[in-house]
Amino acid sequence: MVAFDEMHGAGEVRPAYAALQAWLERSPPALMETRRRQAELFFRRIGITFNVYGEADATERLIPFDIIPRILTRAEWTGLERGLAQRVSALNAFLADIYGPQECIRAGVIPDALVNAHPNYQLLMAGLKPPHGIHVHLAGIDLVRTGEDGFYVLEDNCRTPSGVSYMLEDREAMMRLFPELFVQHRVAPVETYADSLLATLRSVAPDTASRDPTIVLLTPGQFNSAYYEHSFLADKLGVELVEGSDLFVEDDIVFMRTTVGPQRVDVVYRRIDDDFLDPLAFRPDSVVGVPGIMGAYAAGNVTLVNAPGTGVADDKAVYTYMPEIIRFFTGDEPILKNVPTWRCREEDSLKYVLDNLADLVVKEVNGSGGYGMLVGPKASKAELDLFRAKLRAQPDNFIAQPTLALSTSPTFVGEGVAPRHIDLRPFVLCGADGIRITPGGLTRVAIKEGSLVVNSSQGGGTKDTWVLED
Amino acid sequence: MRLRIAYATVYTYEQPPRSVLQRLKLTPRSHDGQHIAHWRVDVEPDARLLRAEDPLGNITHTLYCNRPGSSLILTVHGEAETFDCNGVVRGTVERFPTSVFLRQTALTQPDAALAQFADEVAAKAGADTLTRMHDLMDAIGKTVAFEAGVTKSETTAAQAFNAGHGVCQDLSHIFIASARRMGVPARYISGHLAREETRLEDAAHAWVEAHVDGLGWVGFDAANQICPGEAHLRVAVGLDYLDAAPVRGSRYGGGAEKLEVRLRADQGSSQRQD
Amino acid sequence: MLARTADSLYWCARYIERADFLARIIDASLRMGSLPSSYGGDESEWESALASASARVAFYQTHDHADERTVCDFLVFGRNNPSSIWSCLNAARANARAVRTALTLEMWEAINEAWNELQRYDCDNMDRESMARFLEWVKRISLLFDGASYRTMLRNDSYWFLRLGMAIERADNTARILDVKYHLLLPEREPVGGTLDYFQWTTILRVVSALTAFHWVYRTSVKPWLVADLLILNRQMPRSLFSCHAEIMERLDQLADFYGRRGPSQRMASNTLSKLESSRIEDLFQNGMHEFITGFLRDNATLGSAIAEQYLV
Repeated sequence: MVAFDEMHGAGEVRPAYAALQAWLERSPPALMETRRRQAELFFRRIGITFNVYGEADATERLIPFDIIPRILTRAEWTGLERGLAQRVSALNAFLADIYGPQECIRAGVIPDALVNAHPNYQLLMAGLKPPHGIHVHLAGIDLVRTGEDGFYVLEDNCRTPSGVSYMLEDREAMMRLFPELFVQHRVAPVETYADSLLATLRSVAPDTASRDPTIVLLTPGQFNSAYYEHSFLADKLGVELVEGSDLFVEDDIVFMRTTVGPQRVDVVYRRIDDDFLDPLAFRPDSVVGVPGIMGAYAAGNVTLVNAPGTGVADDKAVYTYMPEIIRFFTGDEPILKNVPTWRCREEDSLKYVLDNLADLVVKEVNGSGGYGMLVGPKASKAELDLFRAKLRAQPDNFIAQPTLALSTSPTFVGEGVAPRHIDLRPFVLCGADGIRITPGGLTRVAIKEGSLVVNSSQGGGTKDTWVLED
Repeated sequence: MRLRIAYATVYTYEQPPRSVLQRLKLTPRSHDGQHIAHWRVDVEPDARLLRAEDPLGNITHTLYCNRPGSSLILTVHGEAETFDCNGVVRGTVERFPTSVFLRQTALTQPDAALAQFADEVAAKAGADTLTRMHDLMDAIGKTVAFEAGVTKSETTAAQAFNAGHGVCQDLSHIFIASARRMGVPARYISGHLAREETRLEDAAHAWVEAHVDGLGWVGFDAANQICPGEAHLRVAVGLDYLDAAPVRGSRYGGGAEKLEVRLRADQGSSQRQD
Repeated sequence: MLARTADSLYWCARYIERADFLARIIDASLRMGSLPSSYGGDESEWESALASASARVAFYQTHDHADERTVCDFLVFGRNNPSSIWSCLNAARANARAVRTALTLEMWEAINEAWNELQRYDCDNMDRESMARFLEWVKRISLLFDGASYRTMLRNDSYWFLRLGMAIERADNTARILDVKYHLLLPEREPVGGTLDYFQWTTILRVVSALTAFHWVYRTSVKPWLVADLLILNRQMPRSLFSCHAEIMERLDQLADFYGRRGPSQRMASNTLSKLESSRIEDLFQNGMHEFITGFLRDNATLGSAIAEQYLV
């Protein structure tokens, strides 16, 4: 299977990459190596690390950064932008419907059980209209590319998508290390993200809030894998980074404990999973949540970003219905394609998947971060047998997709510059005043040769992503 | 039958907390099987009780109390007329499709042993849902012993099943886990049970409702091996114990908490005073 | 500012100050212990080291006998002793880490590098010389951290809470050492005097780095009531109870102005300060030094609780 190369396309260097290609040829490897080291030093100094679950010794690790940017043309980006806006609008319409009249179920767009029996379908959200009717304010949509026009949505992340700090810091590093490249290229800026996020958060403040709403970022604390990103974003937004114990609820109003007494909080950008958000409503053993916050939310006194219960929309089984969902709620054909997917819950599909396991990628419906996944062509016989057993035992738990030839991008590795597989996670903001999408997003790269797994927890790295203005 | 409920829950604190927050599901609603004549929830010392309704139709109160001092007393008084409906529950608030009650929760998720138990009951009982549910109640009665003090509120269905004993909460969880495993929507009911010889701890009770096509929701009291009747007062419904729990609380500041329930649920005809 | 942030800053400073004080007590005790017994060098010194660190009860829960080795182990590296140097530095770093963004880079590096280095010390095999070096190193941490905060921090509530924590802890420490040694400072003991007491007095002064200061201030040989005067009422002496409370008052006033409201802690601090202001050392002796110090420790602790109640929770 030959992968599409972002720089070389079908053979000749694609026009958007021409200047970069020339620059790469001019730059001696030693200089590149120096720059790579400088970049690493930069990331280490600012402390942009993440914690890897299950690794006792390396609790604070650096995500590898590749100094060769990934380039999209303005035309490509405009198409993606339209598709992303359409998709996130449909996701919001879908959530409003399933927590409301459930017309899409009645119309047969999606099976009843898939929604109502879904563990992430939060009963507490039913009949509850979130402030301004928006459930998903922040989404990270994972895209992959297989050809010149072949962009596919691999996954929707509607809960607490992370990685935006890497998008911003990657650009910061590139601008410091290679200022000359930014003279040669007209790269659309990404540092507007913080302003866009703040505007989005302000726009969704509840009606009870003053004209200058108080916004906080709720983190599970310094031992969370994404804590760096939480503190980074709080700084950029100029809002307090709070932990559960900094907030309390009284008379269905959320307050933060400050040195001048309780201060009312209007918008909580929470980076805590639903389960841990409120020990009175969800897991009672949560020590990082805010007791009673769901009561305040139901009373309309606070906005939670994202709303609880969005996990039902980014489920991998629900994903397979996204084309129908988009058609039903927008009346238009989906602009962005889904990867063709077999639902193992369906008997015919399961049979096909079992027969062709070695050619397919199998994913757990509720898994994330590249865990619990089988890449057929790379799997040993033992792994295939294990998954066959798993599939037979709980077919509902799995979906399968063809092994996509993820596009490659030139990447600086030990031996020089070589193609590595990449994906793209654009960040979509959805406020009461419209949708904002920062040009580009986060490009993740599988550093290991031939690897298709780009997740940072599995050794993936990141690249700066450029949208070139015409 | 006329039921009179009166009980007090007393929290005492080693060191008084700065604030107490509780979510209460203590107030029943009327339906075909029960008419609530009156019902009161009181708190001492003074506290705010905000009344609301959760999506399942339960009446909830959120209790906010600042600096309660060394104790907090929650009292519930109520009177209800109950009618025997052969276990069939009608006239309740139903806002969800029954498929909502098909999902397992952390407390009901069966392990292999419990799944096998459910599968065997289903295989023996045949296709009729009502028969399956009665057989399930029967099988639980034969397999799992009612025994107080050995399980905790966070014990899961699978744990209680494997231990072979539990209280009404555990038996209900085992029932729910098995019913859902068979594809039958099932839910947890918290309430009161009045009996002639009521021991104090018996008055807070839990049972199950399973959805049977054609009949609707039908109650099963696995701990007593009966379908709920006149002695049962239905208070709250949920996916599991946590979802329907009478009280879920949190405190800020202060020391340890001790809890004591002074409880009385008896029949109106034999009023006694504590 | 988040109450938790203020709380962490306040406790970070308190723990660093306490680690410094512990290092000083142990240092002084080692010095006493190395003297021949006729000069006071006996094991009772380790008893009073424990008393000054208010760690006697905790110590005797796990130990039978106080001597150089057991007390050093307990006060320096005791993992189970929440008031050991080791625990204090850990707690200081944990507090600093929790409010990393409220500190300047220099302050964070001072405490973080200290913590990293602490992990490298081989606490089981320390001879006297390496112990002395270790204690010196501990004292330098507070110098570095204080210096970094003085030179790099914005003068806003963050800074004031930090200084408040340091001043409260320092007042407590100074008062404790006076409490343990107060019987040596009584004027009527002067004629008895003698080399033993002389060494005790100079030890107290050494603990608070004030031997030279004493001579500068009083220009006379060391006299017990002057030692008391220096540590309680002297306005030039940065560790005196008066100076600590003058700083506490200043910081609390700054906070009150900044936040636009005064509260119980301002009123309490003002009371304590005016008591100190109007006191003369003769009167303190007249009315009972022990009672005075006990009362002061109580007031200081109450003020600490009032600050916590008003700002930190």
